Amino acid sequence: MTPTNYPALLVLAPLVAAIVCSCASWLRKTLCYPIALVGLVVSFFSSTVLLSRIIATGEEITYYMAGWSPPFGIEYRIDLLNSVVLVAVTAIALINLLASHQEVLRDAEEKSGTFYAVYLLFITGLIGVVATGDLFNLYVLLEITSLTSYALIAMGDPDRSPMASLNYVFIGVIGASFYLLGVGYIYIMTGSLNMMDVATLLPPLHGSTAVLVAFLFCMIGVWIKMALFPMHTWLPNAYAYAPIAAARAIAPLMTKVMVYVMIRLMVTVFGYDYIFKALHLSSSVVWLAAIAIVAGGILALGQRDLKKMAAYIIVSEIGYMVGGAWLGNNTGMTGSILHIINDAIMTFALFLAMGNIAFRTKNLRFENLSGLFAKMPWSMAGFALAGLSIIGVPPTCGFFSKWYLVMGGLEAGAYHFVAALIFSSLVCAILFFRVFEICFFESAPGDAAAHDHQGHHHAEVAIEEAPVSSLISLGVVSLLVILVGVYSGTIVQTIIVPFLG
Amino acid sequence: MDIITSIKPLLAVLVSLLVIPMLVFSSSKRPNVRESWTFLAGTIKFLIIVSMVPAVLEGKQIVLTLFEIAPGADIAFRVDALGMLFALVASSLYIITAMYSMGYMRGLNEHGQTRFVSFFALAISATVGAAFSANLLTLYLFYEILSLATYPLVTHHQDQASRIAGRRYLTFILGTSIGLVLPAMIWCYHATGTLAFSPGGIFTGQLSVPAATVLLLMFLFGFAKAGIMPCHSWLPAAMVAPTPVSALLHAVAVVKVGVFSIVRVITGIFGIDFLATFDLGSLIAGIASVTIIVSSCIALSQDEFKRRLAYSTIGQLSYIVLGAALLSPKGVTGGLLHIAMHAFGKITLFFCAGAIFVATGKKYLSQMVGIGRRMPVTMIAFFIGSLSIIGLPPTGGFISKWYLVLGTLEGDQLVMLFVLLSSSMLNAAYFLPVFYKAFFCTDEEAMFEKRVDEAPMLCVVPLVITALVSFGLFFIPQPFLNLAALAVNGFFGG
Repeated sequence: MTPTNYPALLVLAPLVAAIVCSCASWLRKTLCYPIALVGLVVSFFSSTVLLSRIIATGEEITYYMAGWSPPFGIEYRIDLLNSVVLVAVTAIALINLLASHQEVLRDAEEKSGTFYAVYLLFITGLIGVVATGDLFNLYVLLEITSLTSYALIAMGDPDRSPMASLNYVFIGVIGASFYLLGVGYIYIMTGSLNMMDVATLLPPLHGSTAVLVAFLFCMIGVWIKMALFPMHTWLPNAYAYAPIAAARAIAPLMTKVMVYVMIRLMVTVFGYDYIFKALHLSSSVVWLAAIAIVAGGILALGQRDLKKMAAYIIVSEIGYMVGGAWLGNNTGMTGSILHIINDAIMTFALFLAMGNIAFRTKNLRFENLSGLFAKMPWSMAGFALAGLSIIGVPPTCGFFSKWYLVMGGLEAGAYHFVAALIFSSLVCAILFFRVFEICFFESAPGDAAAHDHQGHHHAEVAIEEAPVSSLISLGVVSLLVILVGVYSGTIVQTIIVPFLG
Repeated sequence: MDIITSIKPLLAVLVSLLVIPMLVFSSSKRPNVRESWTFLAGTIKFLIIVSMVPAVLEGKQIVLTLFEIAPGADIAFRVDALGMLFALVASSLYIITAMYSMGYMRGLNEHGQTRFVSFFALAISATVGAAFSANLLTLYLFYEILSLATYPLVTHHQDQASRIAGRRYLTFILGTSIGLVLPAMIWCYHATGTLAFSPGGIFTGQLSVPAATVLLLMFLFGFAKAGIMPCHSWLPAAMVAPTPVSALLHAVAVVKVGVFSIVRVITGIFGIDFLATFDLGSLIAGIASVTIIVSSCIALSQDEFKRRLAYSTIGQLSYIVLGAALLSPKGVTGGLLHIAMHAFGKITLFFCAGAIFVATGKKYLSQMVGIGRRMPVTMIAFFIGSLSIIGLPPTGGFISKWYLVLGTLEGDQLVMLFVLLSSSMLNAAYFLPVFYKAFFCTDEEAMFEKRVDEAPMLCVVPLVITALVSFGLFFIPQPFLNLAALAVNGFFGG
């Protein structure tokens, strides 16, 4: 198989698997899991092949859907930026599938066929959004992703998730409409939908108000979809009430892919010259990002539920990436792109650990977390590592993207953004150590007898861990948190610097 | 200067890390196997470090670059005289502390001993890593790992008191390192494009004097492990930890990483000349002297043994900072020497406090009248240790104080001389009465019977060893003196 076909395989494998999966679920439910697995393994494999080939040759790989050449047909265009995002997406999708097998069996056995099919479609949509080189195709795939994520979220907590999902539907549709309108304006002005083609046609139109409106609409659309404060209100409930198996993929991937779309529009379609020279928006957006970082942190402080807390941390992290991208220098953009990868990994590690905890405790409210370090030492080790990465402690990956972001902020003279980043690190330290304290100092109810007269606990607390597959997944991702961290210099030098040129 | 590339620094850091799975695997079911692993790793680590001493004494540097994070900012090791001095102190005392903590933890039948030894191993790895760091980024990395590895040790008892102490510990240590050191470090990198420690500093006119002052203060207070006031109050709070933690970490490893980092920043980031040109040395020296005097006064009023030691440590740490801030060869030598001399002296005192607690359960000095009758060996060791802290012959502490005093004279800083001498008086005032009361009291006053009943052997032997070393360092200070002199030569470009 020639390498040029991998972009198609990347998207088609999970799509076909989704269709086969939903058919197979009529026959036998147990068939669905292996089918989903095959689909995602193929997709992951394709993405790694693409990444290694692009790094080796330094050239983009394009694929024309159904052989129609651009600008008329749909082009899939894989370059350094999206190949690395693709690897992250497919890897996380695959690992999450492995980790959630036991949970899906236990919690949603009769719906497992539906779950896997919808999950695969969700991943298909995400992969497509990242791989496509066509603005309208991106909209279509974005809607596939969004619709399936509404469905996945609604499969959670029967009392609260339908409402959360509905709220997400309303706001998500508004976001998508903004984006679609933006694309419409671009089409009116340039007559093209292909990203590269639009990029060559736009420069003469830089003064045009219509292009400005197109750009703003596209940005507002993706900001709503990525939950940039104050457009974040749909996110916390949606993520907190979704079934954990779905939340684990949606939380690290959905927002990060939207940040990717923003960066793609900024770098590839509209270009630095337009955004930072023709427009004078960057300082306002960086302010907005700084406010998002601070607000997300403060709102997270008010939560007494781990999932909600994590959701607000995501709101804060979105501010990191938006701010970095809008600083207007390569260092900030580097930090932003690196943070897409790093934040995806560490958020995933956090949600994996939370899933393991939820497997035993049902509910992630703070009062149910006591004594967890003794009861689930391995899951809690993963949780602690993810927490440290979000705080930004070296050598975890969260530190290194923060490093570039702070550097970018200093370079641009955006001291408020730097202050927000430092503030957020401190807030995250409080957030996580508050949880660690509960898990470490408070003994689980029923263990009160474990204290002797000196106040020392002597009785061994019985270890009750999550299933082995979930633990191994968490172990692998925890390792990645550190490895991606220490090799972040390599990632920057081989992928991001050549991409930004 | 000769540069040798070698994997040894990495091995020295990794050996205690790699042994952690063994410790967990042996677990509390086979404590003797677990402790053997600890000793094995500790000894190998020490031997690896010792094997690098000859090369360092010849003026060579052993380097190893692991990862490049950004141009000019690597994760890299570089073993030089200063780092070697600190690594030798920490790794040798680790072995002795491992022995002591066996006696202490088993004597008190503590829970979670496997967790305890594992995090201890992690902490010592991070300490050696910090000692061998080639640049500020690597130093920061190990500094943070050390902060986090120490947290479960400080809060070992898992009760309300340790929860509160742990919170204070984190607020000061993690809060300042993220809030002050991190931005200061990135500021340096942004201004110069490098973070490597170099003898003349990394700044070549990028900083105005006010900016340099702000940056310096960010580092000085940001490395809160050094306990410079007002960032000191975590240390007395951290005394809720089991005594081996207080002994190794809060007299040697953790606190010394703090002052070590400050010394590195003074000598390697700013550079002695830079600070001397803008007269910033006296600013640091002023802050350090306030800490020295105030903490010694507070120590006078402390009745809890370990808290008195903690305040004494805060003062002594500032000696080291003061030494570096004198910016004169003798002063810096004295400061560096004090890293070693204070370590051996203060760890002896902590070992004594712990031994008394294990044997009698007493924590307060007012309850220790006549303790010398029951534990004469311990209290004689205490006497030697306190002489060393006061800085009297025949103990190692005299040597470092001698150099510090010479340093003040060399720099014509008589105020600092006065600070040092009055601090010695205060040290004597808070230590010698303890010793006096332990032996010289009437039978009615004595709270203990005249029957010798020492702590377990594993507690007594280590404190005897460290007391003897403190004593011996007066006669043979060369191992540390040569390293300190070599390091100072490097800083002053001689």
